[in-house]
Amino acid sequence: MAKHHVAATVNGDAVEFLCETEETLLDVLRDQLGLTGTKEGCSTGDCGACSVTVDGRLVCSCLMLGVEANGKAIGTIEGMAQGEELHPLQRKFLEHAALQCGVCTPGFLVASKALLEKNANPTETEVRYWLAGNLCRCTGYDKIVRAVLDAAAEMRGA
Amino acid sequence: MQEKVKDAPGSEFTWVGTRPVRPDGVDKVTGRARFGADMAMQGQLVGKVLRSPHPHARIRAIDTSAAEKLPGVKAVVTREDFQDQPSEFIPAGEMMINYRDVVRNVMAREKALYEGHAVAAVAATSAAIAKQALKLIKVDYEVLPHVIDVVEAMQPGAPLLHEDMITAGVEPAPKTPSNVAKRIEFGAGDVEAGFKQADVIVERAFTTKPVHQGYIEPHACVASVSEDGQADVWVTTQGHWIVRAHCARLLGWDVGKIRVTSSEIGGGFGGKTVVYLEPLALALAKKSRRPVKMVMTREEVFRASGPTSGAHVRVKIGARKDGRIVAAEAELKYQAGAFAGSPVQPGAMCAYAPYDLENVKVVGYDVVTNRPKVAAYRAPGGPISEFAVESALDELAGKLGMDPIEFRLKNAAKQGTKAAYGPKFGPIGLVETLEAAKSHAHWRTPLGKNQGRGLACGFWFNIGGETSVSLSLNEDGTLSLTAGTPDIGGLRASLCMMAAEELSIPMDKIRVQIGDTGQLGYNFLTGGSRATFSSGMATVEAAREVMKEACKRAAKLWELPEDAVEYKDGAVRPAGPNAGKHAPMSLKEIAGIAGKTGGPIAGYARINAHGAAPSFATHIADVEVDPETGKVTVVRYTAIQDAGRAIHPSYVEGQYQGGVAQGIGWALNEEYIYGADGKLQNPGFLDYRVPVASDLPMIDTVIVEVPNPRHPYGVRGVGETPICPPMAALANAVAAATGVRFTDLPMSPPKVLKALDEARAKGTARL
Amino acid sequence: MQYEAPTSLDQAVALLANARGEARVLAGGTDLLVQMRTDVVEPALLVDIKGIAELREVREEAGGFRVGAAVTGAELKEHAALKRAWPGVIEAANLIGSTQVQGRATMGGNLCNGSPAADSVPALIAAGAKASIVGPKGRRELPVEDVMIGPRKLALEKGEIIASFLLPKKAPRSADAYLRFIPRTEMDIAVAGCGVSLTLDAGGTCTAARVGLGAVAARPLLVAEAAKALIGTKLDDAALARLDAAVRAACKPIDDKRGTIEYRTKVAGVLARRAAQIALERARKS
Repeated sequence: MAKHHVAATVNGDAVEFLCETEETLLDVLRDQLGLTGTKEGCSTGDCGACSVTVDGRLVCSCLMLGVEANGKAIGTIEGMAQGEELHPLQRKFLEHAALQCGVCTPGFLVASKALLEKNANPTETEVRYWLAGNLCRCTGYDKIVRAVLDAAAEMRGA
Repeated sequence: MQEKVKDAPGSEFTWVGTRPVRPDGVDKVTGRARFGADMAMQGQLVGKVLRSPHPHARIRAIDTSAAEKLPGVKAVVTREDFQDQPSEFIPAGEMMINYRDVVRNVMAREKALYEGHAVAAVAATSAAIAKQALKLIKVDYEVLPHVIDVVEAMQPGAPLLHEDMITAGVEPAPKTPSNVAKRIEFGAGDVEAGFKQADVIVERAFTTKPVHQGYIEPHACVASVSEDGQADVWVTTQGHWIVRAHCARLLGWDVGKIRVTSSEIGGGFGGKTVVYLEPLALALAKKSRRPVKMVMTREEVFRASGPTSGAHVRVKIGARKDGRIVAAEAELKYQAGAFAGSPVQPGAMCAYAPYDLENVKVVGYDVVTNRPKVAAYRAPGGPISEFAVESALDELAGKLGMDPIEFRLKNAAKQGTKAAYGPKFGPIGLVETLEAAKSHAHWRTPLGKNQGRGLACGFWFNIGGETSVSLSLNEDGTLSLTAGTPDIGGLRASLCMMAAEELSIPMDKIRVQIGDTGQLGYNFLTGGSRATFSSGMATVEAAREVMKEACKRAAKLWELPEDAVEYKDGAVRPAGPNAGKHAPMSLKEIAGIAGKTGGPIAGYARINAHGAAPSFATHIADVEVDPETGKVTVVRYTAIQDAGRAIHPSYVEGQYQGGVAQGIGWALNEEYIYGADGKLQNPGFLDYRVPVASDLPMIDTVIVEVPNPRHPYGVRGVGETPICPPMAALANAVAAATGVRFTDLPMSPPKVLKALDEARAKGTARL
Repeated sequence: MQYEAPTSLDQAVALLANARGEARVLAGGTDLLVQMRTDVVEPALLVDIKGIAELREVREEAGGFRVGAAVTGAELKEHAALKRAWPGVIEAANLIGSTQVQGRATMGGNLCNGSPAADSVPALIAAGAKASIVGPKGRRELPVEDVMIGPRKLALEKGEIIASFLLPKKAPRSADAYLRFIPRTEMDIAVAGCGVSLTLDAGGTCTAARVGLGAVAARPLLVAEAAKALIGTKLDDAALARLDAAVRAACKPIDDKRGTIEYRTKVAGVLARRAAQIALERARKS
């Protein structure tokens, strides 16, 4: 059967693509749109490396079909910095050394941004539970949680 | 971006010991960094692997004809495409490898030896076609009985994986084959006599399950082979020179024809030190004349890449009333997976390394089973034996009525101690970490209800090895630093800091990269905690060469003898008043005269880094046990470790914290679960339960610095040691909370509740 | 594989009823896509129901709430009135997977996936929720406990879709709670789960109760004996012990990689006691 024609926006830019039903949003982002910042760690929704937002809602792009993106606004790691200005979360991840290998980092950043948009002043426990779907095998999460809390404080102007 | 945060004001260093933003950082927070699967080559095909559904089966025949005929399929490879290799064990870092086995592991030959063992591979124009092609390959299997458990595999009559395997290290050699590949033994003194002096003896058996490194990035590579045999591989690996060596050997190609580029690597922890996909991708690329990209699924990572051993360990330790250990022995049975080569040797060497013992005996067995061949995993072998020893020591301290820190201090290895595994220690920091634990607030904080506190020490050797680094002075005075050990967790930052320190220049004047195999001489891999140590040492040497050459050029310009010129504070200047009055020349100015004074200026260090020094740790863990469900929660954790010197303290802390998190997973929930059918039941992150953010507390760290005198900046490796203490620290804490000693990992809730209920029935439980 | 995104229930039902080969309803897809990826299912047709208005809304009805089967966990969490009325149901729905999964996963999908360990199902059972099912023969209602009849087996005819759940009007001094046990704090499938809903009289005596259990039998259970242990009591220790025993007696679990028969049974009793106490506290405050 013919491929689906899908029109969406990615990081604010209009995109169009053709995809098979089976292709996930993750496949489309990486293989068709060349946005490889979104990572594939498991393809079963268990690691969070493929986190993106869809109409502002945090999802695993491996658990969504490309065809379902029609008419949606997709946000990926590539849209997080504004020009040369890193997002406060990106800056704080660097300052706190909240990454080692860095492969989980885009997912953590996208997920953390979604958290702070909902909750500007999360507790450590709230950060940990919100990010429980993002696996990091390098850091033990300590510096990641600190970076998110610090970014939240900065963004609140605290 | 170059803000310096000094830990120690008044430090003798400008860069070393500070916390600058890492040079590769921005790429990693913006998604720009390219990992294994992020590369695409023009016209690439998709490669996929057919894997054995059986844990043990003879492969009678493989018929690929239907797959080859499927439109879109461009190449199929099987065992026929790889030449057999002779049996020969060669050192590969912390582990030994044998190409006879490597060729069989990447592609099954006579038999499939584990569920997931590669049997064939295809390259096709799409993933869907490749998947369909796999279904068209007919493999005629003769299913054989399998053996999964290490102790069962050692029994007479167990199914034999290799019909010709005669146990090495036994005199006289056994007449009949078995699954025991090797027996090792070493020790000192006389343990029999030692135990006779003991007032208290603890003897316990422990078991651990295989656990996986659990790197978030699956194995991935893209390979291309030109018509004249020049090959390129892009791959996520801990050592691209190793990939090149293995591929050249397995394919029978010249080493120099293969160029391997290491991508950014999404975690390795030892698991990316061997080859799986790379030789297949090259073979498929050669056959199809197209680039071939291969990426493992998570399920393939679990089924077909190498976890570490599961093991059975018995330890017996005796001490006098005054707390002095008089004898210690250990028997280690490590499961190697389908081919010989478990980390039992380093495990045996680690077991009693932290202690000054007169009488010690360690025996180890390397045992094959129908599981994926183990690979290195963070301090390979160490965590298993150290879990057993540190648990038994805790029990022994309890029986002696001694504080666990005092007990360990009484027996701790120090400078000059002859380690049980052979060498005499130089300056080491075990005592310092124990003292730091004793004075840490954590050690004195009151515990809550259902809580217990445990302590354990850890050890890893650390290694050096062959290393090359180049440092070029660019025409504007900036520098380009090229190292060959893949950067997994901040290496580029630490190398850049050491170079900046040597050259007395700002860090952002140096751009650092990891070079491909064509750009430098040989580099052994990133592992064994050697990268910052070895590449750091080479970087310093290269920087010193640049400074020396800069002096030479200025001397030429100033018409002075070379020794009348010195490099100081980032500039070349006359060395003393007798050398005449010359304005100092910055590196920029030196770069400007490079052409007319002899050509480009560069330092190139090619070393075999010696002088690696061990790193010791002491960890404190507090746990809370739910008396009704058996669930263990870590409520507080402190990791104290000797780093030698922390080049970038944030990334040293990160190594400690990451090792602890992995150790907590190993202790509480991670395990390979097999069914009676010999198949892995949890090949995914849903049921292979690595710790998630909400499982862990903050992990406090203390960096102890007892500099390694044989490194220009005092570096010891730091990455391996932190995974060694957590299992015992947690088991000791659980014992303190419950009154029950757990000897089988993981301490998962069903096991804990069952043991608690049994102890309650006997009246020995504390809760 | 054919993909359709109808905008009405009638269209969806027609697509499913007339499908040749395997047809699957796609709501959040958090189970289905994984099963497709691992070749557990290879459907010929996917019917995406997220474009159908009724399935995507929460509205008050008969003093209770009608909750669309394709409303996501994240949306449920943000519905303050619903969360106030049925905190146990919402907690249970919010335990399905990670934050990311919550952005997609639905209670309809959780039920129709047919797993005995589905978190939202015991809570819906305890709450006395009814599923509104639409199919080629029209609409019917079924108590949630009657929808799943075994692992991966549902009491749905070809072409039938669960459109919504009706959560009843909450009685005064009543409340619900749901607890599950997992080895980690998040991201696992329930080893055992228990939902409790109860009503108190003015004196604090339990006058009505429902207890739902998950992951301890071939399907989620409504345990009448467990409810009886609570009714007429003030949830004193003796009543909780009877609840614990009744729950354990109802368990018929399996040994598998996630837990043993013995363990699941014991923990189900523990969870029931703990959930009942939470529900009690909530009912007292309501």
